[in-house]
Amino acid sequence: MQQNSWIPLFPEQASSFAWQVDALYFYILAVTLFFGVGCAVVIFFFAVKYREREKFGRGADIHGSMPLELTWTVIPFVIAMTMFVAGAYVFYNLYRPPADTMDVYVVGKQWMWKFQHGSGQREINELHVPVGRKIKLTMTTEDVLHDVFIPAFRTKADVVPGRYTYLWFEPTKPGKYHLFCAEYCGLNHSGMGGWVYVMEPRDFDNWLAGNVSGQTPVDAGRDLFENKLGCASCHQQSDQGRGPSLAGVFGKDVRLNGGQIVKADDEYIRNSILNPQGQIVERYQPIMPTFKGQVTEEQLVGLIAYIKSLGGNSTTGTTATGSTNNAAANSATNGIAAASGGVASTNTIAPRGDRGNTNSQGSNPNAPGNRSEPTNRQR
Amino acid sequence: MENVEVINITQKPKLNYLNNGDTVSSWLLTRDHKRIAILYLISVSFFFMVGGLFAAGIRLELLTPQSDLFESGTYNKIFTAHGIIMIFLFLIPSIPATLGNFFIPLMIGAKDLAFPRINLLSWYLYMAGAGIAVWALMQGGVDTGWTFYVPYSTTFSNTYVVATGLGAFIIGFSSILTGLNFIVTIHTMRAPGMTWFRMPLFVWSHYATSLIMILATPVIAITLLLLVLERVGRVGIFDPAIGGDPILFQHLFWFYSHPAVYIMVLPGMGVISELIANFSRKRIFGYEYVAFSSIAIAVIGFLVWGHHLFVSGQSIYAGLVFSFLTLVVAIPSAVKTFNWTATLYKGSISWDTPMIYALGFLGLFLIGGLTGLFLGAAGLDIHMSDTYFVVAHFHYIMVGGQVMAYLGGIHYYWSKMTGRMYSEFWSKIAAIVTFIGFNLLFFPQFILGYLGMPRRYASYPEEMQVLNILSSAGASILGVGFAMPVFYLIFSLFYGKKAPDNLWMLPGLEWRTESPPPTENFYETPIVTWEAYEFGEESGLDFEEARKREMATI
Repeated sequence: MQQNSWIPLFPEQASSFAWQVDALYFYILAVTLFFGVGCAVVIFFFAVKYREREKFGRGADIHGSMPLELTWTVIPFVIAMTMFVAGAYVFYNLYRPPADTMDVYVVGKQWMWKFQHGSGQREINELHVPVGRKIKLTMTTEDVLHDVFIPAFRTKADVVPGRYTYLWFEPTKPGKYHLFCAEYCGLNHSGMGGWVYVMEPRDFDNWLAGNVSGQTPVDAGRDLFENKLGCASCHQQSDQGRGPSLAGVFGKDVRLNGGQIVKADDEYIRNSILNPQGQIVERYQPIMPTFKGQVTEEQLVGLIAYIKSLGGNSTTGTTATGSTNNAAANSATNGIAAASGGVASTNTIAPRGDRGNTNSQGSNPNAPGNRSEPTNRQR
Repeated sequence: MENVEVINITQKPKLNYLNNGDTVSSWLLTRDHKRIAILYLISVSFFFMVGGLFAAGIRLELLTPQSDLFESGTYNKIFTAHGIIMIFLFLIPSIPATLGNFFIPLMIGAKDLAFPRINLLSWYLYMAGAGIAVWALMQGGVDTGWTFYVPYSTTFSNTYVVATGLGAFIIGFSSILTGLNFIVTIHTMRAPGMTWFRMPLFVWSHYATSLIMILATPVIAITLLLLVLERVGRVGIFDPAIGGDPILFQHLFWFYSHPAVYIMVLPGMGVISELIANFSRKRIFGYEYVAFSSIAIAVIGFLVWGHHLFVSGQSIYAGLVFSFLTLVVAIPSAVKTFNWTATLYKGSISWDTPMIYALGFLGLFLIGGLTGLFLGAAGLDIHMSDTYFVVAHFHYIMVGGQVMAYLGGIHYYWSKMTGRMYSEFWSKIAAIVTFIGFNLLFFPQFILGYLGMPRRYASYPEEMQVLNILSSAGASILGVGFAMPVFYLIFSLFYGKKAPDNLWMLPGLEWRTESPPPTENFYETPIVTWEAYEFGEESGLDFEEARKREMATI
């Protein structure tokens, strides 16, 4: 909950590493106050004390001092390095997701956030998470850069089209916290936000149960893989197909034509679907067609989740919440089941189609003609 | 030097650079660095006021949490216009093209810059680029932010991105040519006896600035060209939908734009070194350290661009390296500040208006520089990146630093440039009002930033309103502080007292010629026999005589 003081000075601390960020903040604040106030006092004191006694007088003939220069080079350097080390430690903690996380997939688009839990629940501009669990967001965007920023958790990360970025946190305090988009994304940038609800685990389970969950990402991915996109006709269980078997491939090293070895991570699988000619597995022919423009970002998330679920070295595997696969039968549409129970999105969500209209005030000779939409739209 | 001789010369009928030719073409086709500096002074000051009006629009909108004064699309265009005008049309040319252009030749005892025609060309390039940018703004503006981040700028924005980018591209050449001109001038045209370590620190800082101008500006030129190529020709360079990489753009953009921050502040540091030393009437403390810290800032400043990408998805190991280098580049700035402070010790400090601006600079630059440490520490920057903390930080450097130095420099050299004196009373009031207004405007933004208010937001949560109101109130005070000099300086041109050649009895070469200087700067090539900031016998100045003259006028 937000503080009710008249002028808030400080955001709430609601994640496991928030105190680290704040401690670093206060450390640097203390150092800078010491030097800043110290310098200002000395400057003011000198300016008054050595005010000219006569017009066009002459100041003392002092040229400098090597020991002093060394002192005020070395001491600030050492202090700056303590800031570097402390900053690096916190940076590392913030940006290295631990292994045992609960996964949430995030797709940003102008100007809304779509979240999907590993158990299949979808939300828009709201994210419900249980207190005390490590949450990992796997994020991408359908259009421009965005940025997930949750001040109470003291963390943020850009969301970049064409690749995945990650964010993790462990909420420590139930409450309702701001969610902002912190990377400028066009017309309604400041409206692209919402709330993160941190709930007690029991409340969270109730919330999950009270929501119609769609297909889990794994099930959606399986459906695409086996039926809709027909991936399975080439990528069979064994290595007999025209494409390599994907069982157990996730997290392993893959040897490419030409001898290069790459790790089969999210990024690799994504690229192999969208740009199959880029990286050909050794001993296979470059015959796979591209699926660019045929799969949405959310379908990609599903495909990757499914390929992960085929086994392999799943150090970053999908550890979904307790009720992971119980919604499998629920074969809803692949589209986002927007505004499911309890999710009443109050934020302005400009539908995709509106962008052209709202931006086209003032005709524009520079606008590229016939921009091809990168993916088909669901909303 | 024979000051007596200079005084004798002043008795002759005066023909100075201002009245030596009064046709329009004698100004627009001039090759005199001083006249070109005046052309720049008028144009950049004009654009500073235009950019300031856009800033007023931003602060008005942010009085209330809702986006109600402007539509959010308009708001986006306003902050973009503010950024582009202030950075490309004002901050980058501000001190170098005006005070640098005017005083580098005077300070080193040269008749002009090395390439007078190129100097004029760079003003025309600046005006051409500015013209295109202004045309784009009047046609409907740009809404990408001054950073032009892709793929928004190349694929999604329906505004005048190409025209604005082209404007910035052309202005870049003006900047390159100015830098080139300065470097060649400083290398080849110093007067006899003006050794490197006798040069005023203003010249050193402009040398460092020029290095950045010629090495970094081509990169932004290339980046903008690639951006136009992708936007117009759909060549996939940055947009992943057509095979590009958006992070590549950020690297290229900041490879210029971070060093450009130093283009924007090093000249200000040069002015402050002049003011602090001359108004303390003693040699600057640790001359060599201040000089080389400028060079160190210029060199290390090339290696820190990645701190703009801590949250962008760049590798965390890259992030750590950039965090380290960022905290290293803080050191030369700290060294400068300590040396300025030490210079005051046992000085003979006069509180004339330029010195008030300089002391204001020190206060604001301290805050601006120290808050940079928060942002350099990578773990803390994640929370603060893209918030108002960043906005406040760079305004403390750009406005609190460079603009205070610009105003301080203009007041300092006004008598030399125009031969007139401004009102000491009103100018002091203006300096103090500026300092107060600035702090009220930007200090609350540090708190807003830590609270999490993202930048470039037209609307914001209600609990942040009080701080925003304080900030907007500060903006109106700052506006008054900036507007006052316009009036009393213009007033002084017509009604101001005539200024003596060496108003403060300072040792620099620029003070040993007439006010305003003759077109050829010096009637005879000066021979320098004294160190920089020499207030003793060796300077050859007759302080007793000046003191008597001063007494007589009172």
